[in-house]
Amino acid sequence: MALPLDGPGLQEPVLIARAGDLVGLGGSDSPLLVRGLTVSYGRKPAVFSVDAEMPAGSMTAIIGPNGAGKSTLLKGALGIVPRLSGEIRVFGQPFAAARHRVAYVPQRAGVDWDFPARVIDVVLMGLYREIGPLRFAGRRHRQTALACLERVGMADFAMRQIGQLSGGQQQRVFLARALAQNADLYLLDEPFAGVDAATERAIVGVLQALKDDRKTVVCVHHDLSTVTDYFDRVLLINLRKVAEGPVGEAFTAEALQATYGGRLSRDHIEDLALAG
Amino acid sequence: MGADFVQLSLTPIVIGTLACIACALPGNFLLLRRQALIGDAISHVVLPGIVVAFLITGTITAWPMMLGAAGAAIIAVGLIELIRRLGRIEPGAAMGVVFTTLFAAGVLILEMTDTSGVHLDVEHALHGNLESLVWFDATGWGSLLDGQALAGLPPQVLRLAVVTAAMALFIVLLWRELTIATFDTVFARSMGIATRAVGFALVVATAVAAVAAFDAVGSIIVIAMFICPPAAARLMTNHLPHQVLWSVVFAVLSAVLGYVLAGYGPGWIGHSHAVSAAGMIATVSGAILALACLFGPERRRTGQAAEGA
Amino acid sequence: MAAEVGLFLDALALRAGYNSALVAVGAALLGIAAGGSGAFIFLRKRALVSDAVSHATLPGVGLAFIAMVALGGDGRWLPGLLIGSALSAAIGLVIVEWMARATRLSEDAAIGAVLSVFFGLGIVLLTIIQTLSSGRQAGLESFLLGATAGMLLSEAYTIAAAGLVAALIVLAMRRQMTLVAFDPDYAATQGVDIRRTDLTMMALALIVTVIGLKVVGLILIVALLIIPPAAARFWTDRVDRLIALAALFGGLAGYIGAALSSAFAALPTGPIIVLVAFALFLASLLGSPLRGVLAAALNGLSFRRRVHRRQGLLALARGEAIYDGFTLAVLRQAGLIRRDGVATLAGRAAAAAAVRDEARWDAAHDLAAHNLAEDERVLERYDGLTPIEEVMTADQIAELDRRLARLEAARPEVSG
Repeated sequence: MALPLDGPGLQEPVLIARAGDLVGLGGSDSPLLVRGLTVSYGRKPAVFSVDAEMPAGSMTAIIGPNGAGKSTLLKGALGIVPRLSGEIRVFGQPFAAARHRVAYVPQRAGVDWDFPARVIDVVLMGLYREIGPLRFAGRRHRQTALACLERVGMADFAMRQIGQLSGGQQQRVFLARALAQNADLYLLDEPFAGVDAATERAIVGVLQALKDDRKTVVCVHHDLSTVTDYFDRVLLINLRKVAEGPVGEAFTAEALQATYGGRLSRDHIEDLALAG
Repeated sequence: MGADFVQLSLTPIVIGTLACIACALPGNFLLLRRQALIGDAISHVVLPGIVVAFLITGTITAWPMMLGAAGAAIIAVGLIELIRRLGRIEPGAAMGVVFTTLFAAGVLILEMTDTSGVHLDVEHALHGNLESLVWFDATGWGSLLDGQALAGLPPQVLRLAVVTAAMALFIVLLWRELTIATFDTVFARSMGIATRAVGFALVVATAVAAVAAFDAVGSIIVIAMFICPPAAARLMTNHLPHQVLWSVVFAVLSAVLGYVLAGYGPGWIGHSHAVSAAGMIATVSGAILALACLFGPERRRTGQAAEGA
Repeated sequence: MAAEVGLFLDALALRAGYNSALVAVGAALLGIAAGGSGAFIFLRKRALVSDAVSHATLPGVGLAFIAMVALGGDGRWLPGLLIGSALSAAIGLVIVEWMARATRLSEDAAIGAVLSVFFGLGIVLLTIIQTLSSGRQAGLESFLLGATAGMLLSEAYTIAAAGLVAALIVLAMRRQMTLVAFDPDYAATQGVDIRRTDLTMMALALIVTVIGLKVVGLILIVALLIIPPAAARFWTDRVDRLIALAALFGGLAGYIGAALSSAFAALPTGPIIVLVAFALFLASLLGSPLRGVLAAALNGLSFRRRVHRRQGLLALARGEAIYDGFTLAVLRQAGLIRRDGVATLAGRAAAAAAVRDEARWDAAHDLAAHNLAEDERVLERYDGLTPIEEVMTADQIAELDRRLARLEAARPEVSG
């Protein structure tokens, strides 16, 4: 039996909005709205035509195999890597206009930890916008930074050279820097990668507190076994979006199979506490 | 330490010291950004810039030369970036292609043009002529207060003083942008810091410093001033403000010690002729770096950074 | 000028005298060796290490001169100077490696430090020599920028012979080089000693540098190691061809440059050779059909159009609104939508085809997920754009379609 030539939705003529008409984007003021995002490194797309929407006060895990475009999705949304196509709205505004409401935690491995800086210097970077251009951090800023370090349990390390920290401690410092930004939307790239159990608990605690505070959290996440414990929403991607929604609806064996293909054994999927 | 010293040695020492400081300041950030060799590339293209400026204006007055050299540096950095992107070639190789070619073109044009009437030759361009920057009008320390004598100071003194002050101002004003963009580019961009513009500003600062110092020490030895004092300073401390201060200390030490050793050192061992001051300054800065490599308190990588490397 | 052109043509044909011919052949051999070993260094991303090595030759030249004068010799004996330069270059190389390994400084800082400090020390030694020889021209300045004019016959022989040896080493090492440059881990499993190969290649670069001192000069010799491989990179993605092409470009640059220089004797040889090499690079950068700038620009534009076309078609098929102006323009130009944004017949057919292609790819992924695919490698070509017809046979696609049809039958309601 051959496939029907007419695809679904093609029975009626389709009316398309004109260029620049952003009706579909303007109506929403959700913390993060992504429409048709495509990012390509060289001639190979890393993220292809992804739509996503994060509701306020939600905690979403972005899940997918290595090289599926999870980090690229965040970077594309923040304009850190150039977009080939697509529209982004942050709280209903273009990202540049809502930048002060967003905190981004890049991958720990992306920076040079041998840089001559102390822990508190890194956290103070989060106050860059608050301090303002051509000014230096004052006493008040240092107190804010210390308070943020306290929240991740790193206050005792404030004067330590960053190269002397363990991986987990580095990750906590990054989180403290994001807290210093006092944002409404937190985007974290692999915050649990290569950290010890104590750090993982500490980070989860901080993120939960943010969520309770009606902040929105989005994490690129790689550990499927903790998804249901830590998050209330998932976004499964592998180049394209496979599924998105509350953990109970979207985090299914079928969706995982579709996301990971042969790279995830059936047994492993069955072991996960999955919905449906 | 009398009139002779003031007339023959004081200005070269001051010029050498200012040149070293002006280069060491941006050098700190070049070092941390792993762009030490941008200093290398830029200093090589100062020569073609000056040669072309000479061809256009027909004179070797300071400002056209400075502009020509700064322009060449910016063109070179643009070309490196262009070749790196278009050809998808690693930055080191792209740099090598650009600066050798521009340098070759500069030498060739210089050799083909008649510059016999002016003080512009390849050798001078390569290793400078610090010794010639003497203060003819000085008669002793009192000349420092004598307006007429001061007017006869080599123009390099004022020029380097201005450039050094500009470098200090640049570092202080853009301190946070430079550190954040250097430490974590991705985060910096998410904060709205124009990381490319910051990088470009650093390149321009480097070019200005290289051009100003070029007169005194030539286009290759200036690389030592970009790299050696900050590199030695990095091995002394883990705190960036302290690193910058150490680099200034090492820059001053290299310049003064280098000049004194070059001018008076041969005499101490019974040799009558002085040796190249610029070469000696580079040598001393290298010796300081060697000592820092062997004994600097923070010479080794630590913790995670060491594992990662 | 006409006379110079004639001289140049004579030199190209090796008719400009025995010395010139020997120098041209020597420079060509030098270029071949430089291009070949440079290709390896280029692939190992250590192009500028050779810059440190070449500048580090200067104090060696100076010390060798002083030593030979102290021993009562002439001081200008070329082999002696070359040995001295090789020794100090080797010391520079060792220091670069040591600094990058034992201290927290990175390799680029080590390169810059060694390069400039050794050069500075060399200049100090040159000023000492100027006073030593008291008026007698030592001629060491020619080592900075190269000079083949007035070269002694014995010197030309030395250069030609050393160039031949270096070129032969590249020829003998080419297989090992290819392996290590392509995939060091794999090479290690094949019993290739990576560190020794790296060291050998660095030693070869050092030999090339030292031979090149008299011809190209120490400031620019690095160009002969870097530019030919960079130019060759535009023409091929294969390591063995890259090395061969780099050797060819290097040889051409050396030969043509030396011939030009014999016609314009007043000019230093090094810059001429470098500019010839750069001309080859520029031609490659612009003109190569594989990675050249023109080809890339055309490719980039067509790629962007493909992405937007595909995205637009899928949106059409799903009945979603399209907001992106470029997408609309692409679809409109292809006659897939009308001016008012409504899909044409062709547009609907293309949208359906895109949906079908997506479904087939999904099916292929699904097969792989259930470990049923004959060949999982085709899935690596999945980029969201390539039609499946390009990577699978008609039979394989028919199989996918049957599978899709079965799924369809089992689940009649296809969600949008």
